[in-house]
Amino acid sequence: MTAEEQAGQALGEILGRHKRDRKNLLPLLQEVQDMLGYLPGKAMQEIADFLEMSDVEVWGVATFYNQFRFAPLGKYHTVVCMGTACHLAGGRLILDALERELGIKVGETGKDGNFSLERVACIGCCMLAPVVVIKDKIHPKMTPFKVEEALMPYRQGTEDASSSKEDQKGKS
Amino acid sequence: MTFEEISSKAKSEWEALQKDVSVLIGTATCGQAAGALDVVESFHQELIRRGVEVPTIKVGCTGLCYADPFVTISKPGALRVAYGNVTPDSVPRLVDGYVVGDDPCLELALGTVEGGDGEPIYVPELPRFERERRLILSRCGYIDPENINHYIANGGYGGLGKALRMSPEEIIGELEKSGLRGRGGAGFPAHAKWEQCRAAKVKPKYVICNADEGDPGAFMDRVVLESDPHQVIEGMIIAGYAIGAKHGYIYVRAEYPLAIERIRVALKQANELGILGESIVGSDFGFDIEIAAGAGAFVSGEATALVAAMEGRRSEPRPKPPHLAEAGLWDKPTLLNNVKTFAYVPVIVERGGDWFASIGTEGSKGTAMFTLAGKVVNSGLAEVPMGTTLRELVYDIGGGIANDRQFKAVQIGGPSGGCLSQELLDIPIDYDSLKQAGSMMGSGGMIVMDENDCMVDAARFFLDFSTKESCGKCTMCRLGTVQMLSILEDITAGRGKIEDLDALLILAEDVKIGSLCGLGRTAPNPVLTTLRYFKDEYEAHILEKRCPARVCPELTVYYILPEKCDRGCEHCVLTCPTEAIKGEKGEVKIIDQEKCSKCGTCLEVCPPEYNAVVKLSPVNSLPSSELPAKETQK
Repeated sequence: MTAEEQAGQALGEILGRHKRDRKNLLPLLQEVQDMLGYLPGKAMQEIADFLEMSDVEVWGVATFYNQFRFAPLGKYHTVVCMGTACHLAGGRLILDALERELGIKVGETGKDGNFSLERVACIGCCMLAPVVVIKDKIHPKMTPFKVEEALMPYRQGTEDASSSKEDQKGKS
Repeated sequence: MTFEEISSKAKSEWEALQKDVSVLIGTATCGQAAGALDVVESFHQELIRRGVEVPTIKVGCTGLCYADPFVTISKPGALRVAYGNVTPDSVPRLVDGYVVGDDPCLELALGTVEGGDGEPIYVPELPRFERERRLILSRCGYIDPENINHYIANGGYGGLGKALRMSPEEIIGELEKSGLRGRGGAGFPAHAKWEQCRAAKVKPKYVICNADEGDPGAFMDRVVLESDPHQVIEGMIIAGYAIGAKHGYIYVRAEYPLAIERIRVALKQANELGILGESIVGSDFGFDIEIAAGAGAFVSGEATALVAAMEGRRSEPRPKPPHLAEAGLWDKPTLLNNVKTFAYVPVIVERGGDWFASIGTEGSKGTAMFTLAGKVVNSGLAEVPMGTTLRELVYDIGGGIANDRQFKAVQIGGPSGGCLSQELLDIPIDYDSLKQAGSMMGSGGMIVMDENDCMVDAARFFLDFSTKESCGKCTMCRLGTVQMLSILEDITAGRGKIEDLDALLILAEDVKIGSLCGLGRTAPNPVLTTLRYFKDEYEAHILEKRCPARVCPELTVYYILPEKCDRGCEHCVLTCPTEAIKGEKGEVKIIDQEKCSKCGTCLEVCPPEYNAVVKLSPVNSLPSSELPAKETQK
């Protein structure tokens, strides 16, 4: 099976678990994104058909919420907290440093598909400010200088630090 | 099973646990971020290594987040001791010392844990507990949030048992006596909402718990749901009974995966015991609760916008009336309250409205829960009686300002709230006093700022948040906030004009009047309060091009003090990401201002014994001798 066929099959399974009720739109979008990492146009179209809604309406809802993404993320998705406590502790400098180090702007995914960079409003770990989350692992009390070091294991592909530290996600 | 049977089973399980040693480890998101899961793992390994069977219980958060990972060792007949900032390295010592032996490892201890068995837990050695009054937090960090029996054995679901023997009118009567006001921010009297819903004729009715805590810097609801979720569920069931609803929803941010997981477990266990379901503890009242995961929109915290999200639409608010009590979810009567509001209900029913009303002030009854973050020493969560002063909260509970710096402001209520200055530290915390000062209770996020924080930049930060989160429905909120933001950006970049301050005031008024929901109506608050209490900082930015806190990058430069620079050391030269620092070994290092990106790395890496890098503002306060050739050849 090609990747596309697999995605199609999994989408079918998700749709099969839900009633054709508009209130299921957000849960459907969330489950599809959980599975694929983003919302491909085709999947949104199928959800629209399933719920008997127009494509634009589904697109309108999906783009309204911060949670949904319309392009694949990098292998090591990097999130910079820009909450109040992190901002006061220099969150903007951390974001600048990450943009510089990774060579991408916030909201982008690098060409090699390794890193993507996003800012979030608050992950709720204010006592550890400023924080960066790289592939679900929280890096507390960051400084611009520590950014390079934090990225190192992921760049070398050792992934040591990232191995499924489940539920360290917090608000992301 | 009757409630008595459920309760006696829970109590015997709890008592069995108390008969022996147990280790409690705080594993809410805050604890986990500080490395609590590694500590849990270390305990497992060390206990196995010694062949000792001692339960390790993953509890929630005690509110002392600054001390995470937080561990309590409970021993029958001996002191229950709390340890802060535990690392895997200190675990062998704790196991040998106190789990197996009789040495309480005082060098690692934070204090003893008193209370429990129905009373709130506290650490008498910590002065903050003299100020605190814990109702909602009373069991947090003490019971296993994933074990319903722990909740029941500690008095949980007793309020429900009592409520089912009362009439709906009696319950709402107690709520009225209690004076409980909604803890979501606006402070609407809870009983009035409940009564409106009860009186509504249309059926079905719904109960919704608003757990869409989107305010940056606030995490009370997260901690309550992760540490003691059953009290919220109990409050919702009582609400269902009082208004005549059979279905409830908890709308919780998808960004809180652990909270969602713990609610899911709690709901499952409540269903299994018959505390949720068709016949609640053998009565003829039935109620069920579902989870609805939000998708990340600050505006969803607004009641009508939240309902729109649950219906699968864009989360946009609509005009009121009709209120949700008349036409809420799917146009049916709906009771929507915040997590903390529901959490107060069981204790009010159980101990009576008069008892609750005896805590707090004339207009604001009960306790208030705050998150303390920013520049305080002890960040975390606190629950205090209404009327406690800001000073008590910041200094007695928060431990004052970190690093011996000067207090500047406390920001309450996030993007909807305001920055209050030093002179206001003695005002009591209650709905009305905060409103009078130009701020609001909001959801209860409190961020402390010190001399190194720029108030104009803080206002810009919150407004930036509001513009990003505006749903776009109302013109003034969508465009007015953008105009205000652009003025603030000009001021922080040194392009401001003094007449901009009047323009900000006019725009603020327009945005307030011209917006439908709380997001827009309160978005100007951070600007208005900083203008009111910190006008001198605005003027310094505009008139002198100076940022007093040296935060705004366009008005600040980094400078290496030649008399302090070691010359031999090259830390700054080697780490500067833009290669802006020059100077051979043995020479004073000089920053090329053209190349400097103002990242602050040089300041961070300059060894503390030299401390040669400083920030200056305004830019023209750089010495004119900043010319490399002259300096180095001296």
